[in-house]
Amino acid sequence: MSSVATPVPPTGRRRRRSKLQRRQTRLAWLLLVPSLAVVAFVAIYPLGKTVYQSFTNQEFLALEPTKWVGLENYRELLHDTVFRHAVWKTIEFTLITVGFEFALGLAIALVVNSSFKGRGVMRAVMLVPWAIPTVVAAQMWKWMLDDTFGVVNDAGTRLHILSHSQAWISDPSTALAAVCAVDIWKTTPFVALLLLAGLQVIPGDLYEAAEVDGASQLQQFRKITLPLLAPAILVTLIFRTLDALRVFDVFYVFFGNRPDTQTMAIYNQDTIVGDGHVGYGAAISVAIFLIIALFVVIYVTFMRVTED
Amino acid sequence: MFKKRRSLLFVGGPVLLLALVVTVSVSAGTNRKGGANAIPAPAVPNAKAIKAKYGGQSITFIGDSVGGGHTRDMALATRFTKATGIKVKVVPHPTASDASYSQLARVFTSHGSSFDVAMIDVVWPGAFAPYLVDLKPKLGKQAKLHAAGIVANDTVKGRLVAMPWFGDFGILYYRTDLLKKYGYSAPPTTWAQLFAMAKKIQDGEQASNPQFSGFVFQGNSYEGLTCDALEWIASSGGGQFVDGGKVTINNPKAAAILTLFQKNIGVTTPRGVTSYQEGEAHTAFVTGNAAFMRNWPYAYSIAADPKQSKVVGKFSVTTLPHGPGGKPVGTVGGWQLAVNKYSKHQDAAIEFVRYMTSPAVERFDAITNTNVPTIPAVAKDPAVVKANPYLKPQIATVARVTRPARYLGTHYNEGSKEIYQGISQILNGASANSVLPSIQSKLQQLVK
Repeated sequence: MSSVATPVPPTGRRRRRSKLQRRQTRLAWLLLVPSLAVVAFVAIYPLGKTVYQSFTNQEFLALEPTKWVGLENYRELLHDTVFRHAVWKTIEFTLITVGFEFALGLAIALVVNSSFKGRGVMRAVMLVPWAIPTVVAAQMWKWMLDDTFGVVNDAGTRLHILSHSQAWISDPSTALAAVCAVDIWKTTPFVALLLLAGLQVIPGDLYEAAEVDGASQLQQFRKITLPLLAPAILVTLIFRTLDALRVFDVFYVFFGNRPDTQTMAIYNQDTIVGDGHVGYGAAISVAIFLIIALFVVIYVTFMRVTED
Repeated sequence: MFKKRRSLLFVGGPVLLLALVVTVSVSAGTNRKGGANAIPAPAVPNAKAIKAKYGGQSITFIGDSVGGGHTRDMALATRFTKATGIKVKVVPHPTASDASYSQLARVFTSHGSSFDVAMIDVVWPGAFAPYLVDLKPKLGKQAKLHAAGIVANDTVKGRLVAMPWFGDFGILYYRTDLLKKYGYSAPPTTWAQLFAMAKKIQDGEQASNPQFSGFVFQGNSYEGLTCDALEWIASSGGGQFVDGGKVTINNPKAAAILTLFQKNIGVTTPRGVTSYQEGEAHTAFVTGNAAFMRNWPYAYSIAADPKQSKVVGKFSVTTLPHGPGGKPVGTVGGWQLAVNKYSKHQDAAIEFVRYMTSPAVERFDAITNTNVPTIPAVAKDPAVVKANPYLKPQIATVARVTRPARYLGTHYNEGSKEIYQGISQILNGASANSVLPSIQSKLQQLVK
């Protein structure tokens, strides 16, 4: 469909072209209408409705009718320390997990990209953590990390790595580390897969040429692999950052709505679904949308710079 | 490198492994079956007439999920369907009751008819009343069999919006064999005693069982913690969060008892108790890994069931301890059955509620699941008393304390959240003196 909409470059036979072009444009629009309608229905309408609701005092089980309150919700949001705490927690989580996932994922992708026996099986096996539904994996880890019957503490104390059983999830000093570890365990394979796809399109003859010119492995990695992998890296980082900023499931299974470990999404869900403050919750949603959009802008700008 | 490129994925492997992992992890959580005393589900009175009128209709029931509750619901629903031809789809509600509240609130707000009958907590009738069917015309007579206090709680502005189903109050479970072993002749009467005994027993038992801990309760950041903390504070003379319309949670007695609990986290309790709900607590107790447990009566049936419990015949129940200068109390819990105003099969739903809240079903529930009957006559039935030792007068007459639903109205869930989130912070190390004033001020904004 996109090839139809691509503008045809102007040439000598301008009039006939433009007639054809017009017809093509019309056809392109016609073909686009269904998908535009779907986008409007599933994306633009809900987003618009959320923005609208954020200017009202709508509530679940409200005894009085909903009123327009203008910027009231946003004014309140500026002074909301719980929300601020949730934003920082989420950003902290994002930086830690995306950093580790990228480093480990790249290492794994490089290893799996080289040829060795059983490579196909290896690639399949490494995807298992990613294929398990997050809620199932989180519940599994919650039991494994438990301080009385968890296998992690049992193995740790038997092997004398731990001096005593540690309540990884309950103890606020290790809670974030525990949830990050599970996310890294789960998502690193996905990052590795994306980077592996990037590695596989780098033509092998480049390395052969470099070999002939006497370039070392490290030089090959820095001068060939990294630059050619850059687009894949950026896509991967965008995917992961946006996902991490929206994180809900692992935190929800691990902590419920414990105050010290709320992410933006959990605070948002709890405000709307738990407290029934639809209007205020909508304002939080809009704020989260803007925060995530900010990250996208940063990445896209960065991407343009590297393209130039 | 180029020519060695092969299909990126070998699909069969991960799918098989995944299936294995999911199967194992799911089956690990489903080994709860039956109560200690299996008796058949009671017959449905007047079944023929109901069948003639409503047979073939389908209703959805949002039912229980804690302990043997779901098994009971399934048994009763199957019996009801067989007798009346009304199909009942049983959907267990979330185990944390605040999550269950949110689920129902969402359906009511959108005027949804996705369920017909729901179990609702004793603190909800006020918030949900406008969305519930008045049961008085059809079930008013049956309501007279139930304890007047609970019926009054379920009556909002003269409308009977819910029928009492089973009651609840917090009790202390203790290991009789361990008390004897460590030289105690009676269960503790104060919290300080409880922690001292828990410490001594734990120190002794951990030599052979490193998983053993002295005391378990519901310490997760959820509704259950509001219930537990109410007992700690009220039994220490620190009030009931809100008293006579005034928020009272910020007081020295409350701070003292909360600090005592904070000091015991990870010392006489598992460190992870701050993520325990009812299920985690009773699992620790029935597997023989705890000397004391605070829980609701339902856990008695599990602890007394040889198929699920390692402590059969080695435990007993009593009233909860109290703080200095206080007296023992139990938080009022309990569940009601209500009919959704937007239900398309209200009459069939009401017949289901009639059956579920009948004396025969309450007797069945009390014997198989050790839930507290809301019908006084059932509570005196010898078979019921035999299965439920907490119905002995010295335990059953303990002073009851109620959560501040009356003062919070439609903001109950939010108010309770402020309470349990604050107390969760205290249990996890924050100072009571710094957290209580902030709970106090948040509650003040919500109390009308």
